[in-house]
Amino acid sequence: MATRAIAIENGKTGEVTPAVYEHPFVVRLCHWVNAVALFVLVGSGLQIFRAFPSFGAKIPQENLINWPKSLTLGGWLGGALQWHLTFMWIYIATGLLYIGYQLFSGNYKQVLFARRDLPGVWPMVRHYFFFGPKPPTREAYNPLQKHAYTSAIGLGVLSVLTGLAIWKPVQLSWLAWLMGGFHLARLWHFLVMWAILAFVFGHLVMVVLHGWNNFMSMFTGWKKDPEYPSK
Amino acid sequence: MPSRMEPSKFKSLTRRELLKLTPVVALGAFAIPQLREPLLKAGLGFSDWASAQLFRTGHLAPTFDDSDLTPFDKFPINDYDVNDPGVDFDKWTLTVGGGVQKPGDYTLAQIQALPKVTQNTRHVCVEGWDVIGRFGGARLSDFLAMIGADTTARFITVECADDYYESLDMATAMHPQTLLCYEMYDRPLTREHGAPLRLQIPTKIGYKQAKYLTDLKVGNVLQKVGYWEDQGYSEFYGL
Repeated sequence: MATRAIAIENGKTGEVTPAVYEHPFVVRLCHWVNAVALFVLVGSGLQIFRAFPSFGAKIPQENLINWPKSLTLGGWLGGALQWHLTFMWIYIATGLLYIGYQLFSGNYKQVLFARRDLPGVWPMVRHYFFFGPKPPTREAYNPLQKHAYTSAIGLGVLSVLTGLAIWKPVQLSWLAWLMGGFHLARLWHFLVMWAILAFVFGHLVMVVLHGWNNFMSMFTGWKKDPEYPSK
Repeated sequence: MPSRMEPSKFKSLTRRELLKLTPVVALGAFAIPQLREPLLKAGLGFSDWASAQLFRTGHLAPTFDDSDLTPFDKFPINDYDVNDPGVDFDKWTLTVGGGVQKPGDYTLAQIQALPKVTQNTRHVCVEGWDVIGRFGGARLSDFLAMIGADTTARFITVECADDYYESLDMATAMHPQTLLCYEMYDRPLTREHGAPLRLQIPTKIGYKQAKYLTDLKVGNVLQKVGYWEDQGYSEFYGL
């Protein structure tokens, strides 16, 4: 993976800071559009869930949780459905653009979790969660990061497939059948949302921990002073 | 070897890259109340268009064994239907009008004389719950043939004994599983389930399946879409 790299050289002080172009434009665009879409879809989805907050029978109805209305979007079931059925297209389009771009440009090699990343997972887990030593950083994403981002894309695909099964249990009856029917597809859709939210939580913690230069790289593409050697 | 760059040049480079993201700001239009409504309407409209594209005339909704049926007493009745619309069953007729060759009042006996279809299908409510029920009735397509309906028209509209009303695209109206339903679980429809006649459409969401039918029209223009649709719900909502 040829990453564009430069050295920022201050003529007066002679100070040299390396910088690498880590996030191509399409990836940045998709990231921020998707962040908005995900926010809207989760908020409106939880409002839709409030209309029947159960995965059991309608009679007798046993509510799973009384989800607070303040943590929802759309105001009422009809309003939330308008948001959900609008932003699902933005979400799907962004996902297709992202996956298409990654495959077409070859940029996926930077982030796709591969077999060779397997041995590096445990040392990173030990570092993050059990105060182990920090493994040397060699590239933009460490093996655990690749695993997280690759899983997130998988969850994104699952969220769309489970959503389609709920939206179209007749025309896409094979999809609903694969998920054990409409009734269960609704549960999978809900659980996939929580898995995505768990990823987002971990992601945000890492963004805070890794500081400003890392955060700005998702806006400008360029990461100043990367932890790994810029070739 | 990396190329070298002055800090000021790097700054303008990153600024240019940042400005490329301005299209994302367009999503902020959804935060502006005057723009939000038409945008969401367009989004819902696009979903309805996609729904109509996905609809296949020959594709049947899944049917189920009798053992999969939700017990009749566990088949929900919308709160909306608690009030008795006061249908006089002895005098009841279905009044037919619009683009048909034989308009007029049709009795339940005339509808029951059409070939009877019984099907175990899933009923999905927009709220998210679903049940599997057993429904019996005449194919709407057979009834439309009987009244000489213009099936090149775009819509079927129905009025109900309460203030409910609905509309149906012609493709769905002609679907072999779309019924003028007068039986549930092999018994005549009960008052709560829409006696004497309701729509039963396994390819549509629950609210499209109007109860207590009194009027049926064939036409190309919709003055109004449906009780819930006109409050902001999806117009097509095919499953």
